[in-house]
Amino acid sequence: MRDRSAIQSRPVVIEVRDLHKHFRVPERGSGLLGRARHAGGGRELRALRGVSFDVHDGEFFGIVGRNGSGKSTLLKLLASIYRADSGSIRIAGRLAPFIELGVGFNVDLTARENVTLNGVLNGLGRRESARNLDAILDFGELREFVDLKLKNYSSGMLVRLAFATMVHADADIMLVDEVLAVGDAQFGQKCMDVFRARRDAGKTLVLVTHDMATVQTFCDRAMLLHNGDQRYLGDPEEAAVRYYRLNFGKSDEIADEPTAVVVDAWLADERGERTDTLVERTPIDVHLTVEALEDFVRPSVGFDVVGLDRIPVFGFGRTWDDDDPNPVAAGERLVVSATAENPLVPGRYTVDATVARDRGRGATVLRAAPLLQFEVLAAPRTSGRALDDVGMVSVAADLQLSVDSEVA
Amino acid sequence: MSNPVPTLGDTEVEPTDAPGSALREVTGPSALGGGWRRVADLTWIIAITEFKRTYFGTTLGYLWSILRPLSLFAVLLVVFTQVFRLGTAVPHYAVLLLFNIVLMGFFQESTATAVTSIVTQEGIVRKTQFPRLVIPVAVVVTALMNLGLNLIVVFVFLLAFGVTPMATWLLFPFDLFALFVLTTAVSMIVSSLYPRFRDVGIIWSVFSLALFYATPVLYPIEKAPETFQKILMLNPLTPIFELAREWVIDSNAPSLSTIAGGSTLLLLAPAAIFAAICLLGVWLFRREAPRIAEEL
Repeated sequence: MRDRSAIQSRPVVIEVRDLHKHFRVPERGSGLLGRARHAGGGRELRALRGVSFDVHDGEFFGIVGRNGSGKSTLLKLLASIYRADSGSIRIAGRLAPFIELGVGFNVDLTARENVTLNGVLNGLGRRESARNLDAILDFGELREFVDLKLKNYSSGMLVRLAFATMVHADADIMLVDEVLAVGDAQFGQKCMDVFRARRDAGKTLVLVTHDMATVQTFCDRAMLLHNGDQRYLGDPEEAAVRYYRLNFGKSDEIADEPTAVVVDAWLADERGERTDTLVERTPIDVHLTVEALEDFVRPSVGFDVVGLDRIPVFGFGRTWDDDDPNPVAAGERLVVSATAENPLVPGRYTVDATVARDRGRGATVLRAAPLLQFEVLAAPRTSGRALDDVGMVSVAADLQLSVDSEVA
Repeated sequence: MSNPVPTLGDTEVEPTDAPGSALREVTGPSALGGGWRRVADLTWIIAITEFKRTYFGTTLGYLWSILRPLSLFAVLLVVFTQVFRLGTAVPHYAVLLLFNIVLMGFFQESTATAVTSIVTQEGIVRKTQFPRLVIPVAVVVTALMNLGLNLIVVFVFLLAFGVTPMATWLLFPFDLFALFVLTTAVSMIVSSLYPRFRDVGIIWSVFSLALFYATPVLYPIEKAPETFQKILMLNPLTPIFELAREWVIDSNAPSLSTIAGGSTLLLLAPAAIFAAICLLGVWLFRREAPRIAEEL
């Protein structure tokens, strides 16, 4: 087990004090006239409001929050891509940002040229960068394609190359923004292995994500951002719980007094243990514990399984149909366990939850809030199965093939 | 490279807010972020890869870079010697025309590519730590490589057309340097404005065309009307082109002071405008660089 408190006594390598950042969102196009007319106007978007934290040497630091909470803006400020309005950032050591996998790759160039270019982009000298080539090619298993232009690479090869360059950037501090969200399960596993190795090697990493499982598994500390405000800084488990809690109430704002709190949410495997991966066709077993802060009258709970690009695949739910008109009193907990068939093809999915406190009166306490992320892994193929996975679900099908030789 | 890391269990504990640790202030993106060394490395790598891409990406490769100015040269040569009969009175008019077209081509190609360069490189600008200045400068450096190749052809033509090598050829690189500096400054101006004002793209293409005619490219300056010559002298490209002509092709070409009619003011004017453009480029780029990623 990692000693989290020991890390807190190491030197600070990132120091952020009272950071503010706003953007002006132009309401018209960027034409000369449009600009001039709105020179002082436009909608103002406060992306960060007074964020302060320290990251210690060797620490894995998570930044979590919903979309639009300011977490990517913060990462870009740390990476010197944006400039802060006020406040200070101080960093010790060389920092390599990975806002997206394969940024700066030029498809008209070969892998060799791209690796050099990328190394220099990430702060290496030209020679150093070229020296890394062998290690990168070996890691990406791309040695024989070194002089192939990237436009002739398959997407899988591209991801491998991009990831390999990232792994070998060898910076003191890495900033990573949701790179884990790309690629297949095997690739995800490789990412995890690399992060684990870096952590063991005492490297510092700042990870921006909205996948609570990753934060809880990897981070020593986490910070929760909401609408540009720093809502929590500390224990990753607590950050995750608060993140779930934020998903209550209206979508744009949390009520000052939430009517319920998500205490826990997890996905169970066949043995009933917590997991974030499921093998194809094993049932989806969702558990949710909600603490009522006000009485629940006719509660209803619904789950939506949502694929990439937020496309809903299917949903299930039910309303409390017991005779007891007041099943959950304030202070009590509603425990939900649901099992659904799993027709999903391999890939990454999210479970969204909707909870209503009193369905009849529309008192929704949680509306389509992303609760869990999980991955469906491909099962070993058995004979007689469908040819390939097309679409988002695979269903049992029976095909009969026969020959009719009697046709005139 | 890495900072000293106390091992786990080390009793030596640094206070968390130690101001003495190697923390450096991060002030966000800038024109030159990361130091000169990195700027130079990046500029070179981007310029050379772009250069290779144009020449190895097409079947005829390098030939195109020569053919383009040569074909324009052929057309203009016919027009100006056969139709307008302008060239007949000018020594070495044909090679002068080719030479001017190649030089002007460098300026136009650089600035036209530079206008959209930051938007084209959006991915890099928005997602990596990147000294902004590299982008327009790399465009100009790539064009400079093309110019180098084209100049080889030009000098072959020069000798073939009977221009004798002169000692003043050695001065030509200085003139070329001035052209490079001016082109870079203009590229910095247009590239930093374009992300915010997309109109700059159209305005510049028209302006660039006007500049082609307002620079002694097709005609030698002494053939222009007297007052027009004075106006032409305000264009900082004019002395650059006239010096190139005097130093490389025709030592008897009217000198700058002759064109200025002995007026010191008219000699200093293009120099002052040149300096003003350079200062404007630096000032504007430094001002825009920190926030350019937000405008994309």
